[in-house]
Amino acid sequence: MRHFLGLVIVLVVLWGCSSDNGTTMSDDVDPGPPAQGFERRPMLVNWADNIIIPGYEAFTDELNKLQSAFDDFKQDSNEANLVAFRTAWLDAYLVWQRVDMFEIGPAENVGLRLNINIYPVDFAKVEEHVASGDYDLTLSSNRDTKGFPALDYLINGLGDSDADIVSKYNELASKDNYIAYVEAVLADMQQLSSTVLSDWKEGYRDTFVNNDGSSSTASVDRFVNDYIFYFEKFLRAGKMGIPLGVFSGTPIPENVEAYHKGDVSKQLFLEGLEAVQDFFNGRHFASSTIGEGLASYLDTLNALKEGEDLNRIINDQFDAARESVNGLGTFRTEIEDNTPPTTMLQAYDEVQRAVPLLKVDMVSAMSISIDFVDADGD
Amino acid sequence: MDLNLKKYLNEPVEAAPLAVFRIMFGLMMFLSIVRFWSYGWIGKLYIDPEFFFSYYGFEWVRPLGVYTYLLFAVCGLSAILVALGYKYRWAIGIFFLSFTYIELMDKTTYLNHYYFISALSFLMFFLPANAYFSLDALRNKNARYQHVSAWTINSIKLLLAIVYFYAGLAKLNSDWMLEALPLKIWLPAKFSIPLLGNWVHQEWLAYAFSWGGAVYDLAIPFLLFYRRTRIVAFALVIFFHVVTRILFPIGMFPYIMIVSALIFFDASLHKWILSILSRLLKIGKEHFNNGKIWSHSPILSTKLTKGILILFFGFQLLFPFRNTLYPGELFWTEEGYRFSWRVMLMEKSGYAQFKVVDGETGRWFYVDNTDFLTPFQEKQMAFQPDFILEYAHHLKQHYEKEGFRDIEIYVESQVALNGRLSKPFIDPKVDLTKQMDSFKHKSWILPFTDDIKGI
Repeated sequence: MRHFLGLVIVLVVLWGCSSDNGTTMSDDVDPGPPAQGFERRPMLVNWADNIIIPGYEAFTDELNKLQSAFDDFKQDSNEANLVAFRTAWLDAYLVWQRVDMFEIGPAENVGLRLNINIYPVDFAKVEEHVASGDYDLTLSSNRDTKGFPALDYLINGLGDSDADIVSKYNELASKDNYIAYVEAVLADMQQLSSTVLSDWKEGYRDTFVNNDGSSSTASVDRFVNDYIFYFEKFLRAGKMGIPLGVFSGTPIPENVEAYHKGDVSKQLFLEGLEAVQDFFNGRHFASSTIGEGLASYLDTLNALKEGEDLNRIINDQFDAARESVNGLGTFRTEIEDNTPPTTMLQAYDEVQRAVPLLKVDMVSAMSISIDFVDADGD
Repeated sequence: MDLNLKKYLNEPVEAAPLAVFRIMFGLMMFLSIVRFWSYGWIGKLYIDPEFFFSYYGFEWVRPLGVYTYLLFAVCGLSAILVALGYKYRWAIGIFFLSFTYIELMDKTTYLNHYYFISALSFLMFFLPANAYFSLDALRNKNARYQHVSAWTINSIKLLLAIVYFYAGLAKLNSDWMLEALPLKIWLPAKFSIPLLGNWVHQEWLAYAFSWGGAVYDLAIPFLLFYRRTRIVAFALVIFFHVVTRILFPIGMFPYIMIVSALIFFDASLHKWILSILSRLLKIGKEHFNNGKIWSHSPILSTKLTKGILILFFGFQLLFPFRNTLYPGELFWTEEGYRFSWRVMLMEKSGYAQFKVVDGETGRWFYVDNTDFLTPFQEKQMAFQPDFILEYAHHLKQHYEKEGFRDIEIYVESQVALNGRLSKPFIDPKVDLTKQMDSFKHKSWILPFTDDIKGI
């Protein structure tokens, strides 16, 4: 008995040593299908080079176009130029939905989201700033007086008709102040976004890609957290849940995105949802090419685990959410005209269903911990 | 048999192993406290949160605000005194109480390791660990003994054996043995670890670790008991715990277990360790070699000690099996899961969204959990029914203060277990404010849709 035990021990110890210095074990054990490991680095490269940086490039381009549309409007503040300015604003706002989720590294450092898209806008404070001409947009207390929501008010909310709005930019008493304020808001947005873009290009890209490990501070772990946080807090709650009143019990229609424009919040939401799904699939920015992403990562893990086809299940849920939201009227009318806004609540539930799939199933499959907690485990 | 048992209980043996164990234990505990403190975890886990999850029956144990630091200081200091063997019985008593109090403050942080420390320090209160090579023995000639009864050392071995063996038994389930879960999920994420990182994607490695882990846990107490296999067993202890330390964030525990395993060795090893120590500290070890035999505790009667320890070990042997009294899948309901040496058996995570309904007006809304819980607490809450219930009751109290009446609270929850697709966890139609926590089965947990065979 003792000899037998000794033999077992020797074997186990031998195994313990051999596993450190060779693949000899694989001959003794049924190797099964050759399980290939998923490389995180190519995924990070794809994210950085084909999705994030092109996204920020497109966004700064759009802001430049917005600037020139504004320059035209400034030259000649007529209705046609206002309409063109508004179109450029919406175009830029849509591209913003493509980059909003990348709040990591440079964007996190400058607080891009907080500075560019805090809504609802405090338009009374905007009016105070315009009237006094005395404001510092870099103050965090002024975040709700700038960015896209401030432009929304200044382009869409100053009057009931385009003629009314244009008149504000032509009245002697106010025009210089309004023009100066729009100018300041645009300059702030451009400055922040070009900082983020150049930081990505000059240094952070490599930092991001090289941090390809699997610790809780590795790029993939951190970014997946940020990605899910965006989906849950800003897309699901910010654009739908909060105005619907699911967290307060009473609908707050004035909290829809682009409230003053009134009829684009659904479009902005859908663009954001599309961006989330494209990112999940690793789709290159503004292209149909698919690269390494969360979807292919899940497929690789799944091959190993023979589990559920999470990639398909998550994509199906995104599709179902899109279809459901597509069937709605504009968010503002859905909320204002229906008590309770039942159809939009149902669409919200469909969007909500993606949250546990991402936050529980996906991260569990990838062994990524949500909201990294640096405490010991068992 | 009778003779054998007597030998294991009453035979006088060298006290050196007990002294070494005391010193190592005290030092390890002190380091653990310092480490915990230096990471800022006291503030983060026990002061920052505004709500704490209590163990059933221990709701009165709360963090002490800023005095929590004092509590940790007391705990750390008593650990040092244990190592020194100074006023040992007070020191180990205070250590047990303060450490256990800390662990009871918030069950979010529950770890089997912490429970092990509590159980071990409770046991140590009854052991004459200061009889040899301690300040107590140095200062008081009458408290100096070179020999102690065998049971004082064997009881520590028994506790360690229970921990290992029960952890091994818990691994004998179909997920662990047949599917290599959860290791099959955890290992591929460890690709950046040196050497091993190249194989973590290989399925055979997950199986090898699963089976190896189970065999190790079941066999190691016996391998350590037998003199012939002891050295190899100790090498295995080091190998096993170092590997787990590399793979998983388990803090000080591996080191504590490695050091604890030394208790199985013959006294000659411990004497050698102590002679090095006495040379370093310039204490004449010969002071302690007085040939005297410790008989029983001067404070507690032998009978009382015996009774308490029989109850203690009876509890240790039986309590881990209490899960058999509950219906349903243990991994799913977790009824009887804690305090049973079920270690690293599950990759489980959940999502819980609470709906608050004002019964008077019918108004409803969802709760933003981050308003009440830290991310860590939310994570732990989302897949454990007793947490969900306690939190629901906390929400009820909170919203009652805000003026809501006839509050009903429902939870929409999804839980994923060992790679299975997430499934609804708690019955969403059950008003949690009407449910009370107890040791009874929680009927509002939805049934597990799969089958995990085994213990």
